[in-house]
Amino acid sequence: MTGIESPWVAVPVVLLLVAGGLLTLVGSLGLVRLPSFQARMHGVSMGSTLGLGCIIIASVVVSSAMAQRFVPHALLITVFVVITAPATAIMLMRASLYRARAKSAAGRGAETEG
Amino acid sequence: MPVLTVALVAMWLALNDTVAPGQVLLGIVLAMVLTWWAARLRPLRPRLRRLQLGFGLLAVVFVDIVRSNLAVGRIILGLVGRRRVRTDFLDIPLDLQDAHGLAVLAMIVTSTPGTVWVGLATDRRTLTLHILDLDDEQKWVRIIKDRYERPLIDIFQP
Repeated sequence: MTGIESPWVAVPVVLLLVAGGLLTLVGSLGLVRLPSFQARMHGVSMGSTLGLGCIIIASVVVSSAMAQRFVPHALLITVFVVITAPATAIMLMRASLYRARAKSAAGRGAETEG
Repeated sequence: MPVLTVALVAMWLALNDTVAPGQVLLGIVLAMVLTWWAARLRPLRPRLRRLQLGFGLLAVVFVDIVRSNLAVGRIILGLVGRRRVRTDFLDIPLDLQDAHGLAVLAMIVTSTPGTVWVGLATDRRTLTLHILDLDDEQKWVRIIKDRYERPLIDIFQP
């Protein structure tokens, strides 16, 4: 009994994939349910942290089982995501603040003029 | 500096999923050229004082990632009972000054759902975060300062 047919491989892989999928789904649901742009950013990061982590571990287990040796290279995705995620997150957050500030300044301007 | 070279070689070999001598050699050459080139672009070098503390920090962050994922999921699904969830910005007084330590702190904050890095004051004394469930400001300040900032200061600052 080798490869991914073995229940010792298949069961944890399925559990990890379902957990990763559910976490990503709930995080994406946040896009609909959370009230503001800033709040919605928190939901989406569920998919790119624990959700992604579960799926990557499942991928490592499957490729290791199929190759009959430890194949860890999917773990590098974690490294790349962790290193690059702050840049986009901070930029999005700052852009939203800038827009909110521009909007409220425009609102005030219209009030005083009108 | 050799830390970066070694890490790049390891990353190259892991990406190619091999330890064939040709790839090892190519990886070493690439890593050395890239390290030298990057050092010219950005002369600021990290000083890793007590790197072994990083393992403890990694474990703490891993636990917090799992916990915060579940907490944010609960808020999205509305499983927090009658409690009103307050989402707001929070200013945190910062003692960590090292640029590399701050970069790692940004990675930690971004990797835990529920906290987003908003900005750092130009004097690096105040960090502003956006927190999804700001139930207790002092609790959040303590989480950032005790759990993440303290080990980062020990690792990166003399």
